[in-house]
This record gives sequence, C-alpha cells and structure tokens, in this order.
Amino acid sequence: MLNAAGTPVVEARDVTVAIGGRPVLRGNDLIVREGEFVALMGANGSGKSTLVRALTGLRPLTQGSVLLFGTPLHDFGDRHRIGFVPQRGTATGGVPASVREVVSSGRLSRRRLLRPAGRADRAAIDDALEVVGLTDKAGDGVSTLSGGQQQRVLIARALAGEPELFFLDEPTAGVDLPNQLALADALRTLSGRGATVVLVAHELGPLEPLVDRAVVMRDGRIAYDGTPLSHEDVHGHHHPVDARHDHVPHVGSPFDTMSHDPREGGR
Amino acid sequence: MSLAELADLLDRDFMQRALLAALLTGLAAPAIGTFLVQRRLALLGDGIGHVAVTGVALGLLTGTSPTWTAVVVAILGAVLIEVIREQGHTNGDVALALLFYGGLAGGVLITGLAGEGANSLQVYLFGSVTSISSTEVWYTAGLAVVVLTLTLGLLPQLFAVASDPEFARVMGLQVRFYNLLVAVLAAVSVTVAMRTVGLLLVSALMVVPVATSQQLARSFRTTLLAAMVIGAIAAVGGLVGSAWLSAQATVAPGPSIVLLALAMFAATWPVGVWLRRRRRLAEPFPILAVDSPDPHQVAGHTDDEHPHEHGDDCGHPAVRHGDHVDYVHDGHRHAPHGEHYDEH
Ligand SMILES: Nc1ncnc2c1ncn2[C@@H]1O[C@H](COP(=O)(O)OP(=O)(O)OP(=O)(O)O)[C@@H](O)[C@H]1O
Ligand SMILES: [Mg+2]
Ligand SMILES: [Zn+2]
Ligand SMILES: [Zn+2]
Ligand SMILES: [Zn+2]
Ligand SMILES: [Zn+2]
Repeated sequence: MLNAAGTPVVEARDVTVAIGGRPVLRGNDLIVREGEFVALMGANGSGKSTLVRALTGLRPLTQGSVLLFGTPLHDFGDRHRIGFVPQRGTATGGVPASVREVVSSGRLSRRRLLRPAGRADRAAIDDALEVVGLTDKAGDGVSTLSGGQQQRVLIARALAGEPELFFLDEPTAGVDLPNQLALADALRTLSGRGATVVLVAHELGPLEPLVDRAVVMRDGRIAYDGTPLSHEDVHGHHHPVDARHDHVPHVGSPFDTMSHDPREGGR
Repeated sequence: MSLAELADLLDRDFMQRALLAALLTGLAAPAIGTFLVQRRLALLGDGIGHVAVTGVALGLLTGTSPTWTAVVVAILGAVLIEVIREQGHTNGDVALALLFYGGLAGGVLITGLAGEGANSLQVYLFGSVTSISSTEVWYTAGLAVVVLTLTLGLLPQLFAVASDPEFARVMGLQVRFYNLLVAVLAAVSVTVAMRTVGLLLVSALMVVPVATSQQLARSFRTTLLAAMVIGAIAAVGGLVGSAWLSAQATVAPGPSIVLLALAMFAATWPVGVWLRRRRRLAEPFPILAVDSPDPHQVAGHTDDEHPHEHGDDCGHPAVRHGDHVDYVHDGHRHAPHGEHYDEH
C-alpha cells in the first residue's frame, strides 16, 4: 500500500557514499513508510546495491544520516526487524553446509547466545524452506544446488528471521518463473501482514503488481521517485524526464537543475 | 616391541599423560580448524605455529614455562595476522609470509641466545611424548576444554560469520569480535597441540581431519563433529604408533600423527568421489510438464546390450522421475512400460 502518512521505517537524508575517493552515492534522500513496497531500479552501476548497503549499515556514509525505525543506524539494535538478501549467491565456503544450516543462520538475530534453537525457531525455518520450495532439499549441501536454487536459499535465510523490513537485492535474478511466482506469493503475504519491502530489480516480472512505489537511480542519485513506471519508462529511452543528455562523463549531472526532494515532489 | 611391552609402556604415567594430551588435542584442533577451512584460511594455523616458535624460545630464554610464553606470543601473532588480513587488500598474504618467517627465524635465534641447542627446540617443533609434565597436561586439558566449549557453544554464530560475514553484520553479529575469537582460539589450539604434534605440523591436525570428513559429510555440523572424531583417532593412534616404534628408532609423535591423518584422508578420498557421483546420479529427474518429448519412445537397442529386466537389484541406478522410476545405464533413462522400456 502507498502509505503517505504512515510511520517512516527508513529515513535516509543526504546519503552520500564515496568508495575509494570516488563518489558513488550523492546526496540522496529517501523515506520509506511502514507497509510500503518500494522497487529500486536503475541501470547497472547506478548505485542501487550501494544504497541498500548504506541503509543496512554495510557501507559507511561519507555524509548524511540513516534512521531505521526512528533509531540512528549506529545505535540500531533490533536487528531481527530487518532482513537482507544480498545480490548474487555468495561464494560458498571451504566446508560443506546444508541448506537448512544456511537458512537457520537467518534466525540468529532472534536467538540468544548459547541457547539451542527453540520450537518457534524451527517452525520459522521450516516455513521459510516451504515458501521457497526447498523443503525436500533441506539436507543437501548448498554447493550442490543450481544458482537459482542457491538464490532461493538466501531468500529463505532472510525469511527465517521473520523481519518487518526487507531489503532484497535482485532476489529473482536467475530464478525461474514458477519460483518467482512463489516468491511473489510469499512477499504478498508478508506485505499483507504489514511488512515493508525495499526491492532492487531490473525486471519486476511477477512482482510487478505488488510494487506501489518506484525509485529510479541514475549515476548515484535518485532520479525518480513515485508511482511505478512501465518497463518502457525505465529502459526504453534513456531518461524519463529530461531530453537534454550527452554521453560525456558527468561533471554536472543533467539532474542538477531539477534534483527534487522526494518528500515534496514525486507523490 | 611385543604387545605386552606396549601395554606396559601405555600404562606408564608419562604415557597416560601424553595420551590424554593427544586425545584433547585431536578433538580441539580440528574443531577450530573447520572454521579456518570454511573461511579459506587453512594455512593460518601454520602461520601461528611459526610465530609460536618465538614464544617457546622466549620461554627458554627467560626460564619461564614455554607453554605460557607460547600461548601469549601465539595469541599476539594470531591477532596481528587477523588485523593484517582484515585491513590487507592485495598484499595480505605477503605480510603473513613475513610474519611466518620472522617467527621461525626469531625463535631459532633467541634459542641460540638462551644457550640452548636445537635439541631443546626440537621437542616443540615436532612434539615429544616424554617431555610432558603433569602440570602441563592440566594446562593442555584446561585450554582444550576452553577451545571446545567456545567453538561448540558458539557454533551457529561462528558458522554465520565464517560463511557470510556481510549477512552476519546485518543480523547484528559482531563480525570482528568473532573473527578475532577464531584467531585467538586457533592460537590456543596451536599451543595445545604443540607438545604432541609439534609447532611445524600442528596445522595438519587442524586441516587434514576436516578435509577427510568433508569428503563424506553434507552439513557443516557433521563435518565438524566427524573431523573431531578423526582428529582424536589420528592423535591417539599416531602417539601409540610412535611409542611402539620408539623401541627401534627415535620417532617423534608429530610425524606419525600427521601421517596417520593423511592415510585416513587417502582412504576416504575414493569413497568421497564415489559418494558424490552416486548422489548426482540419484538426483530425481525434473518433471517437465510441457516440453517433454514424446512419452512413448520405446528404448531401441538390442538385447545383448540389455540382457536383463531392470529392477531393484539389477545394479543400475534407479532414479525417481515424477510418478515412476527410471533406470540409468550407459547414458539412457529407461522406464518400464509393460513388456518393454520407454526411453525418457
Ligand atoms: N567495492 C567497491 N569498490 C569500488 N567501487 C565500487 C564498489 N562497489 C560498488 N562500486 C562502484 O559503485 C557504483 C555503484 O555500484 P552498485 O553496485 O551500487 O551498482 P548497482 O546499481 O547495484 O548495479 P547492478 O545493477 O550491476 O547491481 C559502481 O560504479 C561501482 O563501480
Ligand atoms: Mg547491484
Ligand atoms: Zn537399455
Ligand atoms: Zn538394469
Ligand atoms: Zn521417466
Ligand atoms: Zn512404452
């Protein structure tokens, strides 16, 4: 649901990130409110993953601030409230690990130190495996699965923590259509329960009907923030708003003149 | 040496102490080693072992117990290695190598300064059964128990951090703390193993049992527990073996422990290859709803290629395929259909 009045779950102001001295994100403001389903889109290298990583605390900010559930990221302790699906299946380690073990590690934010997993933990893990259709592969080694199946393991790992706020970085890349549909169902259920979703995707596919807000990144800045765009708007011609575009490396971006505050414009 | 003599030897006090130390070492070293292998830091134990040589030498020089100086120096070295690794971008392994060689060279030099010969260092480099005093056994036991309690107790956290540190950080785990903990526990295990396997071979006891158990295991936990069992068998067996041989020649326990562990690896390797192959073969075939070829395609080959009826005991892998079973032979998939087989 588009939730113009809801409580802000993510409040990012002036988020600027430089990697190796090179600015990758430049002065981005983004507010995501409770229950929203936001699609973060844009070309390769436009900074989508970096923005998600900045919002989850994996990338230090050069400038600006991020609040999650009203708490500055630095002091944010309720980690079980957020779930994260990283881009690309992580390289498996040197030791075999079963699907169930990897999915179980998504439950750690809710488990106390030195306590065995309880009944609720096991139920959540079973549920997560069920949702991604890997119940009968639970005992298999992750490294023996196909790339799409490994991606589904990572999705299940995030689901196992039963978070309220989801960051998914291209969760459906390499996942076949039936399983994209299954994931769409799972996200619809979560969304229906009031979870907030921030999803990076190039192709929304079956997730499209769920999206109620699109944020488009271009060259490290949020270039569009509003109602979902058609595929044509994002990829069809180079930039949805302005026609003046040269293919010279940017000194001043064409959006400088019209960079808008998403809190005022856009919606 | 006869069996009776061996039994007599095993009954001696110093041998009992050595056996206890070997058992604990065999359990603790592979437990922490599993995390090193998972993080692809299999040689970290080796690096710490080299650094610990300096620690032993400092003990010899100052007249304090080399076990304790080795623990301290090994922990410092491990923390330093971990910090270099964390900061290190491209030249991390070169920095580690510098530390390895510095540790070994420093150790030999300081031992010389202490007026001790290579022999006193030898005991620590390759292990020695007889040199373990009863107080040292208690140190060893205490340290091994600490290592085992922490690795097994924090297994879920350590596994999460070792397999995906970024995800672990989002989950709120203190990744740096856990990484340092693994480094420190590795350092402690190195010193625990010092008296039995010796510093130069200690890494083998951390890595080889893990390499062996991962041939057969499919989960992290099984790999770890099986590696502990294998490590304990290798350590105790190798020690007894070296005691047996010591009648004929001087055999340090370290090499025989390591060789036994390697023999166990060599023995399981073909089994692992076979298991993996069988698992792949037994993977159910996907059920294709639309695109599947004509379901009634009779297997067309002559009876001499196919002299029997496929069944439970025919020796051909039987693989689930939706509601029936396909038999696999020579690249065919045959499903029984009345009098003949369909090619699937
Ligand atoms: N670890 C890194 N080191 C150096 N540069 C980086 C790093 N990570 C990202 N960048 C740079 O930051 C920019 C944005 O990268 P990012 O991964 O956020 O893009 P993206 O929008 O997620 O792209 P994709 O669609 O390919 O996933 C790129 O120019 C990239 O080169
Ligand atoms: Mg990306
Ligand atoms: Zn045949
Ligand atoms: Zn047959
Ligand atoms: Zn069939
Ligand atoms: Zn037929």
